[in-house]
Amino acid sequence: MRVTFTANGKPVEADDVWEGESLLYVLRERVGLPGSKNACEQGECGSCTVYLDGTPVCSCLVAAGQVQGREVRTVEGLTDENGELGLVQQAFIDAGAVQCGFCTPGLLVQTDALLDNDAQPSDTDIREALSGNLCRCTGYEKIMDAVRLASARKCAKAASE
Amino acid sequence: MSTRTIQGQKNLQDIRQASKDGIGGSPLRPDGTLKVKGEFAYSSDMWHEDMLWGMALRSPHPRANILSVDISEALKLPGVYAVLTHDDIPGSKFYGLEIQDQPALAIDKVRYHGEAIAIVAADHPETARRAVKKIKVEYEVLTPIVTEEQCLNPEVYGYVHEPHEFKSHGYGNICHSQKLVHGGGVTDEIRALADVIVKSDYEVGMQDQAFLGPESGLAVPAEDGGIDLYVATQWLHVDRQQMAPVLGLPEEKVRLTLAGVGGAFGGREDLSMQIHASLLAQRTGKPVKIVYARDESFFGHVHRHPAKMTYEHGVTRDGKLVFADARIVLDGGAYASASPAVVGNAASLGHGPYNIPNVRMEAIALYSNNPSCGAMRGFGAVQAAFAYESQMDKLAAELGMDPVELRQLNAMSEGDSMPTGQVIDSPAPVAELLQRVKDMPLPPPLDLENVDVRTLPGALSNTSHGEGIVRGIGYSVGIKNVGFSEGFDDYSTARVRLEVIGGEPVAMVHTAMAEVGQGGVTVHAQIARTELGVEQVTIHPANTEVGSAGSTSASRQTYMTGGAVKLAAEAVKQAVIEKGRRRYGWTQNDLTLAGGKVVSESQGALIPLVDLLGDEAVDLTREHHHRPTVPFDKETGQGFGHVQYTFCANRAVVDVDVELGLVKVVELTAAQDVGKALNPLSVIGQIQGGCTQALGLAVMEEIIVRDGKVRNASFTDYLIPTILDTPPIPVDILELPDPNAPYGLRGVGEAPTVSATPCIVAAIRQATGKALNRIPVRPEHITGTL
Ligand code: FES
Ligand code: FES
Repeated sequence: MRVTFTANGKPVEADDVWEGESLLYVLRERVGLPGSKNACEQGECGSCTVYLDGTPVCSCLVAAGQVQGREVRTVEGLTDENGELGLVQQAFIDAGAVQCGFCTPGLLVQTDALLDNDAQPSDTDIREALSGNLCRCTGYEKIMDAVRLASARKCAKAASE
Repeated sequence: MSTRTIQGQKNLQDIRQASKDGIGGSPLRPDGTLKVKGEFAYSSDMWHEDMLWGMALRSPHPRANILSVDISEALKLPGVYAVLTHDDIPGSKFYGLEIQDQPALAIDKVRYHGEAIAIVAADHPETARRAVKKIKVEYEVLTPIVTEEQCLNPEVYGYVHEPHEFKSHGYGNICHSQKLVHGGGVTDEIRALADVIVKSDYEVGMQDQAFLGPESGLAVPAEDGGIDLYVATQWLHVDRQQMAPVLGLPEEKVRLTLAGVGGAFGGREDLSMQIHASLLAQRTGKPVKIVYARDESFFGHVHRHPAKMTYEHGVTRDGKLVFADARIVLDGGAYASASPAVVGNAASLGHGPYNIPNVRMEAIALYSNNPSCGAMRGFGAVQAAFAYESQMDKLAAELGMDPVELRQLNAMSEGDSMPTGQVIDSPAPVAELLQRVKDMPLPPPLDLENVDVRTLPGALSNTSHGEGIVRGIGYSVGIKNVGFSEGFDDYSTARVRLEVIGGEPVAMVHTAMAEVGQGGVTVHAQIARTELGVEQVTIHPANTEVGSAGSTSASRQTYMTGGAVKLAAEAVKQAVIEKGRRRYGWTQNDLTLAGGKVVSESQGALIPLVDLLGDEAVDLTREHHHRPTVPFDKETGQGFGHVQYTFCANRAVVDVDVELGLVKVVELTAAQDVGKALNPLSVIGQIQGGCTQALGLAVMEEIIVRDGKVRNASFTDYLIPTILDTPPIPVDILELPDPNAPYGLRGVGEAPTVSATPCIVAAIRQATGKALNRIPVRPEHITGTL
């Protein structure tokens, strides 16, 4: 089948999609967006998290056919048109929250969604919101730092605007 | 004494401000921007026009004879390009890290659940999956050899490998063994010198590295008949060394390039898909990509050895250790992998960082029909640390002594001997590290009136409101060796090039080091900046065009490859200065490079590098070897076997719901001597990550194997700590330089994984009063409902 949808604001289409293919597979192998990662393909690790119509989902659990006509935003879409890093991306780099980085794309999308909902989450809110995203390298401390840093910068930015 | 305290996030700001981009600073990762953009190419992201997908058929039985394999139906499936069995292997059929006992594809029998029997290449992963299902294998299923009792009685239960095979290291179903006797050993007379004796059995379950990036890579057939492989691994050259004979190719025709690695922790030391993808590429003439699914990843790499241990310690009334006696049985599974080296570590480090006048030890690794075990962070030191630290707490309890005080009373320090007779010739601040964690402020006490229930054991599942919760505190300390031991000529190679690009001096660093997330690439750039006095450093992709870097394991890469980069950069510096001397007749002997110039320390800048170099690059390669070690004597375990030691101490605070058996670690503190923190931000990240894997082993992580069959090969059933399970981890860093190491540094990555597990268990014991002699501690161990 053919599937058409928008990815990071641009229309994309994929042909010969087999009915069992996931959105993750279509993004990674068919439309040239390998940023979302494939760590379990079972909805357990969060590495493949993308926005689907504005809501973060595990793209490995979404059948390709389900995204027909819908809007997808991936980690690649967190960077603006000029290639400038988004606030959450920059905070992850600055805080040392990236080691191997395999968990990072999913965490970035999930963190972006968290801060959209609540620009100043408590530590427990952060832990609750990110509990579906496994990271094997960092011990999460630097990830907490990154989210706090992104939150502080976001609030400062909002205050100055 | 130079010491520095860097506590978690609080001082992040200070680190940044102090940061220069040379060593001791914390510049940002060179690969960080690509990683946060989603543009960094991990091995599973490799893509080639026309590429095929490879997949393996794996055994459902832990032990069986293969009566026949019929691939004809699989070959008929449209889209299938090749189906191969061991018959199709052009070269040697076996490989292995230390002992070549592992068939690349099973021959006539399978020895573990998940062993690869046949491989398929097809145009879509789903086609490959269907083809794998169409391969028909007839088995004669045999009773697996899985317990110690079965392994040690091969005449009754059988051999995992035929008795005449692979017996240079062991005998029967024993893959490797190491004994150790120190002082007077353990005799009745020596036992009589102790006032209190404590003896217990301990057990450690099988832990998995569970790196997030699945095993994967792309093999591309080359015009010269060779193979170009893009792969996630820990050691490019040793992969090549094992692959080439199987592929029937000379080594130079097997070229490896490191693709992005999503974590490793020892799990990528052995080959996984490398040979399979290359065989399929050779056969089909097309690029072949293999990406393991998560379940295949659990079957496709070696795990941490599960262990059964017996420990006996004797101590005087005033707390001085008199003797220690131990037996460690490690289950190595079907193939040797790194088992011999793991045994060497278990035996030599298995009595911990303590002065014990009389010691006995025996460590063995078994061949069994369980999954193969090999390298994992903490390598052979982790299992024993759980046992000896549990023993320290028991001794302290018997004596009515403070457990930290007992440890400090017996702690080794510089100048003391290991049980192997090796004198520790660099700082060993064991007592001080314990004091540091003890002195750090405790988290506020549990206040059930005002608590956010999400922070209680069981967290979000809202299982209780704190009725049955008890808090406990535990301490521990551990020892780990750095680098490869027992006479291995461990070395690394680096090439450094200095040239002018775009009007600026630029250094390029080329090594074959596997960057697996640890941050080696950042440190290499820092070293080059420091030695060459330039700002711009580029890191060449790691590949086999340069000499071996050795493995990214054993906490050795900053020491070994960092050391090689330092040597190469120093050589480049000298060559540049020589060039100036020749051209300008400088006679000063205080010349160096700084700020992009040649400078005399007394007279200031002499010439910008841009002018001195012109269009001529200086390009030099150097090898760094560490000082030689020797193998341990097989019977006595004596010998200068390890290059360097590293120490970490921890304190854990836990809340335990004693009714539900649930544990929440409230805080996990670490103090570690790192010799010199080349990059403090990365050092802290390594320690926190290491502590978290230790937490996993303490309370949740275990591959469940019953009768040789793996029951939980998924992230649904094999649990690793989430951000909710992981507490704040304040880190206190001590920097006591090791005079034998580059910049005085000490390997960092593994020590916290050795030490942090026992302290969490100690804290749970303190809260519950239960013995808890097995890890991971499960709810039923706490509630007593087992
Ligand atoms: S890959 Fe989708 S949740 Fe793990
Ligand atoms: S940084 Fe490696 S999994 Fe998170």
